[in-house]
Amino acid sequence: MLWVVLPYVTFAVLVVGSVWRYRYDRFGWTTRSSELYEKRLLRIGSPLFHIGLLVVILGHLAGLVIPASWTAAVGIPEDVYHLVAALAGSAASAVLVLGLLILIYRRRATSAVFLATTVMDKVMYAMLALSVLSGAWATATTQLVTEHGYDYRETISPWFRSLWYLQPQPELMAGVPVAFQVHIVAAFLLFALWPFTRLVHAFSAPVPYLFRPYVVYRSRDEGRTTAAPGGSGAHRPRPGWEPPTGPARRS
Amino acid sequence: MKVMAQMSMVMNLDKCIGCHTCSVTCKQAWTNRSGTEYVWFNNVETRPGLGYPRTYQDQDEWHGGWVRTKRGRLKLRAGGRLKKLATIFASPKMPSIQDYYEPWTYEYDMLLSAPQGAHTPVARPRSLLTGKDMKIEWSANWDDDLAGSTATMQDDPVLKHMSEHVAEELEQTFMFYLPRICEHCLNPACVASCPSGAMYKRAEDGIVLVDQEACRGWRQCVTGCPYKKVYFNHKTGKAEKCTLCYPRIEVGLPTVCSETCVGRLRYLGLVLYDADRVTEAASVEDEHELLAAQRSLFLDPHDPEVVAAARREGIPEDWIDAAQASPIWKLISDYEVALPLHPEYRTLPMVWYIPPLSPVVDVVASSGNDGEDPRTLFAAISRLRIPLEYLAGLFTAGDTRPVERVLRRLAAMRSYMRDVNLGNTPDEATASAVGMTGPQVEEMYRLLAIAKYDDRYVIPTAHAEQARDLEEIACSLDYEGGPGMGGAGPLGESSGPPVPVAVENFHALSSRQTADSPNGPSTPGRVNLLNWDGNGRPDGLFPPDDEGKTS
Repeated sequence: MLWVVLPYVTFAVLVVGSVWRYRYDRFGWTTRSSELYEKRLLRIGSPLFHIGLLVVILGHLAGLVIPASWTAAVGIPEDVYHLVAALAGSAASAVLVLGLLILIYRRRATSAVFLATTVMDKVMYAMLALSVLSGAWATATTQLVTEHGYDYRETISPWFRSLWYLQPQPELMAGVPVAFQVHIVAAFLLFALWPFTRLVHAFSAPVPYLFRPYVVYRSRDEGRTTAAPGGSGAHRPRPGWEPPTGPARRS
Repeated sequence: MKVMAQMSMVMNLDKCIGCHTCSVTCKQAWTNRSGTEYVWFNNVETRPGLGYPRTYQDQDEWHGGWVRTKRGRLKLRAGGRLKKLATIFASPKMPSIQDYYEPWTYEYDMLLSAPQGAHTPVARPRSLLTGKDMKIEWSANWDDDLAGSTATMQDDPVLKHMSEHVAEELEQTFMFYLPRICEHCLNPACVASCPSGAMYKRAEDGIVLVDQEACRGWRQCVTGCPYKKVYFNHKTGKAEKCTLCYPRIEVGLPTVCSETCVGRLRYLGLVLYDADRVTEAASVEDEHELLAAQRSLFLDPHDPEVVAAARREGIPEDWIDAAQASPIWKLISDYEVALPLHPEYRTLPMVWYIPPLSPVVDVVASSGNDGEDPRTLFAAISRLRIPLEYLAGLFTAGDTRPVERVLRRLAAMRSYMRDVNLGNTPDEATASAVGMTGPQVEEMYRLLAIAKYDDRYVIPTAHAEQARDLEEIACSLDYEGGPGMGGAGPLGESSGPPVPVAVENFHALSSRQTADSPNGPSTPGRVNLLNWDGNGRPDGLFPPDDEGKTS
């Protein structure tokens, strides 16, 4: 049942929790950066961690979402796939673990940063470290030591996809090595914690920044306008105060 | 032509006595909270000096503001959009707390609770960041009045651009104060840096604000602002900045710093400008042309064509009247005595300064000459190269001619008005030597020296003013989720929909500020656990016990 209930509960908590938090606590929705306190270690650790993490996430998507039959269909042999995945995955997870260790050391050793660490942060850090380290451990023990490695694309990946078809196949997870099982459970717990921690900042990755005009204009009215001074925006901001909306209608 | 209105400020530096009243009242009003200990929306720097944060003007180091590319386009000095996003994981050019100062408190409790002993108890400084004892080595105004300046003054970025050995010579001849707030730029680099789009320039009055609900704490605005006037609240993880006291401005009151200024040196008013030409003016190739380019943006509010265009844009009639009466327009464009701070950052700042003449007068007077004789003064202005170059480094990207012109105008006003006050016939030649007429000089004197309250602050009030008054009479507390509706909401303070600031909750806030209990008389204080930093036991964390005390 672990492999059916936990994923769906986690998914529900993640979605409902995020929506709830976004609606009620937009003010708390932030990275809660501690760069102001300490900069030297952060400048090394944080990019290592985040970039390693992005590569690892891409790797997970490739491994979990794309069925083995598809890669075979476009002519990628299994051992080539495994070699690329194992090497790229190991490199990225090494970067990720290094970054994480630097960040955890920094959080503990810099007294100002440690003092600014909330209980929620500590729980989050524990789950984050557990899922990252168990993932790296699973990769190291199953993929690197043996020649062909553990073929998760026959068990974990179909199980993961079966969750999305709403026809879960928990039996696929029966023979999976313990390291992977720990990794998966830890990751789901982390996702369940997600909406209640600073991790929400990942949902506001500022991609629209690439496409908006540099200078944002907004009227005193709540409605947002992003008209450029040249008038390229759709809505022309109206100078002067907006007519009063009665206090009751203000939401 | 697209006419927009901008609320802006001019400061007359001759009158600044460096009392820091503006800084203190501003801090009491806006940043006396945990997380903003080091945040000074308004600060007063002694010049020459390092400024706050230290050496913020050195853009080779901090990468603030804009640069002009070879193709004549504007680019953020810290990098384009892609580079910004690529370096978002550790904003590399952001100052750390050591570049400001580590905030501290004193163990005042020791003074009362120390056991009887041979020595007087001492309240030792304790860091507000680490909670440990600390040695205070720097603060917001460590080099106030040139204190310790022989050790630090060489690092003044403006001086570094001048020749090397002038520092100490300068110290003997020249010192003045520079009060600084956010510049509310026409081409704000902080707004352009914000990845979340949380910072914006208000379309009505040009005030630059941070949407606290939309800020995600990426910290790029701190790097982007070349004046380092956006601060990072280290408790909430959000950017905060000078708001030009918009709740006061909206109801027609001057900002707190202006209202409380002892020297009455601040002027507030509207200017109308052509928003279509902002980018063009900021991209002028020659840095020395930036002053003229920015001046050319401002539209003459008396010009019927401008008035017609303003009406077409929907600018209300009383705003146009206010723009016509604006002291800012007079000082910048009529008398041309106000200059922008560091135009070379290309942000088109909108807090301008009248450079100080008094140091020159002091030098002349102390050498036994007549400090009010126009010829002596004119000669001294052009002879005192060092102060002139320093002022030019601050206000005109190093071009001494506009500064000299302003100082000559101020000197001419001084001589002309002496004749008036002594009952002599004022010498029209003194005025015409600086391109003005006698009556113009007297008007300028009235604005600069008499500086009546109503002349200094011409602030058009909010359009809904009367309706707002009525609202407040009805019941200022009864808006949805307000204190009148009972309680702070299910999730504690600072959660839930935004509470309207300004008139609507003015009385609620003031009664809360003066209440005996921090939670107010009726509201059970509840704590938003998501924002709680895990330290201590905030009031309201647990429900009141039987005695009715909060534990």
